[in-house]
Amino acid sequence: MSEPLLKVAKLTKEFPLKGGLFSGQIASVHAVDGVDFHVDRGETLGLVGESGCGKSTTGRCVLRLIEPSSGEIHFDGKDVRSLKADDLRILRRDIQIIFQDPYASLNPRMNVGAIVGEALIIHQLTKTKQQFEERVVDLLETVGLRADHMGRYPNEFSGGQRQRIGIARALAVEPKLIICDEPVSALDVSIQAQVINLLEDLQEKFGLAYLFIAHDLAVVEHISKRIAVMYLGRIVEMASAHELYASPRHPYTEALLSAVPIPDPKVKRQRVRLSGEVPNPISPPTGCHFHTRCPIAQFPLCKSEAPPLKQSADGHWVACHFR
Amino acid sequence: MAGSTHASPIADVVVPLEGRPRHISPGYEVWRKFRRHRMAVASIGVLTLLTAAVLFGPLIWRIPINEIDFTARLAHPSWDHPFGTDDLGQDLLARMLYGGRISLAVGFAAMAVAIIVGVLIGAISGISRGSVDAALMWITDLFLALPQLPLLLLVIYLFRDFLKNWVGPEGGVFILIVLVIGAFRWMPVARLVRAQFLSLREKEFVEAARALGATTPRLVIRHILPNSLGPVIVAGTIDVAAAIIAESTLSFLGLGFPPDIPTWGRLLFDAKDYLDIAPHWALFAGAAIFLTVLTINFIGDGLRDALDPRRVM
Repeated sequence: MSEPLLKVAKLTKEFPLKGGLFSGQIASVHAVDGVDFHVDRGETLGLVGESGCGKSTTGRCVLRLIEPSSGEIHFDGKDVRSLKADDLRILRRDIQIIFQDPYASLNPRMNVGAIVGEALIIHQLTKTKQQFEERVVDLLETVGLRADHMGRYPNEFSGGQRQRIGIARALAVEPKLIICDEPVSALDVSIQAQVINLLEDLQEKFGLAYLFIAHDLAVVEHISKRIAVMYLGRIVEMASAHELYASPRHPYTEALLSAVPIPDPKVKRQRVRLSGEVPNPISPPTGCHFHTRCPIAQFPLCKSEAPPLKQSADGHWVACHFR
Repeated sequence: MAGSTHASPIADVVVPLEGRPRHISPGYEVWRKFRRHRMAVASIGVLTLLTAAVLFGPLIWRIPINEIDFTARLAHPSWDHPFGTDDLGQDLLARMLYGGRISLAVGFAAMAVAIIVGVLIGAISGISRGSVDAALMWITDLFLALPQLPLLLLVIYLFRDFLKNWVGPEGGVFILIVLVIGAFRWMPVARLVRAQFLSLREKEFVEAARALGATTPRLVIRHILPNSLGPVIVAGTIDVAAAIIAESTLSFLGLGFPPDIPTWGRLLFDAKDYLDIAPHWALFAGAAIFLTVLTINFIGDGLRDALDPRRVM
């Protein structure tokens, strides 16, 4: 098997909390706490977890929009973390990002042509004005918009259309990997389906790889080939989409999946209910982060020792002492 | 939800947008929205009138500003002297038309200085983290904490003669006053701009531009600055007013323009001893300052709304 497109190892990100008399660091938020995963070419890896578990931070660390605290990121044979500013700019032609909020992610004072074409100017991808316009029109049509949308401003568009503009902007540099940071969470369900289908079509057309971050399990199952589940900054389970949904191993994954609504009122099923709240990431629990809420935890093992992410079956990784 | 809709998303996206003309230039769009602001449009008319009057008025109303006529001391408005006369019988209309040039010029020039310095300091402070930001904010706080009037007096006392010799009495005082007023008005602008930068810097569209590989200057010029100027425009209009008033104060203290140059502020302060017997003296100069400040504020409001593409009007 060839080298994966993106390989992330032991990635951590701590946000310092400042305060006190001399504005010194008094604590830190462990947003991402030792995450390993890889994304193959043309593949979609889903990254799920509840709010605040570090999914988005992980995605931004890959692009170095947020500087990671430690760990390794390799993209296409390049060591991302050691890149200098100019090389980082070149790297960003290969990795792009689509944001959650289509209202906040487009500059309200630039028209669509300028937004979509910005990368063309930054990287000098087109030489003449005519080429520039042709390319922008081409991109707009690729995502299902029209050429005459070029001169309009973002406020003239609906949420779904804005998300398409965001996608066109990401496509302008012909990236190999797109980080989708909850790209459909802010949209209506019918529009969600349109955007998801668009993303799938584009993947097929351009051979894109996606790191698909979401909290909606149904969406992730639909689009992903493999799925990683995060809890409090760590990946607790990673498997192919089918495998994960058919036979989840980690107790947290079980609880998550049992919370997905089934659109049939006659079906009854066993809910796994978790007690308590997600612990504070400023002082996460020792050992396994999940032991405070885990139905199968055994003490003192789970409290003292963090379970490594180990392969329990072919391609099925789980971080639990007992599964 | 996923998989339930199989209609091809690329082929048929319905884009219902009401049939308005397609290529409206951004400049026209701004004017279209500005026009809706009736007070702002009326204000432009009034301000243009005021400006035209002070620019061309002295060419039409040809009574010299220093023609003393003791037979018409403190005369009330009449056909000979539409705005009346002062205690030396000098024609107030002529004096106002001439002084208005200086008052308006000082106001706008001082605003320009305050805004340029404020935006520059605020932008540098807002985009750079750590020590540069801290140092610039210390300087801003320092300026805010300085007692303005004593310092103004000191600066003018120290530099007036030097500038007078260099560019002549009127020009020298003009430059000095504009710089001094500007130097004491930039702090609120800098703080506004910095606050805007701090919040805009974290917005997703700025992050998106960073992800596209935009350099910091590009981020600032194309993305952050244009979105931070709304409050600055409003602050700027207030600065024009404040500068006109500050100039009056300085003139009153004998440190502004020479007493024989009748700026509006000067007229107001000269008139204060005769308020009971010659209210017209203060009235017209006061009304001129009031009208200028008010119209500029309305225009600022209108501009802010018109320049904001999110506001549908």
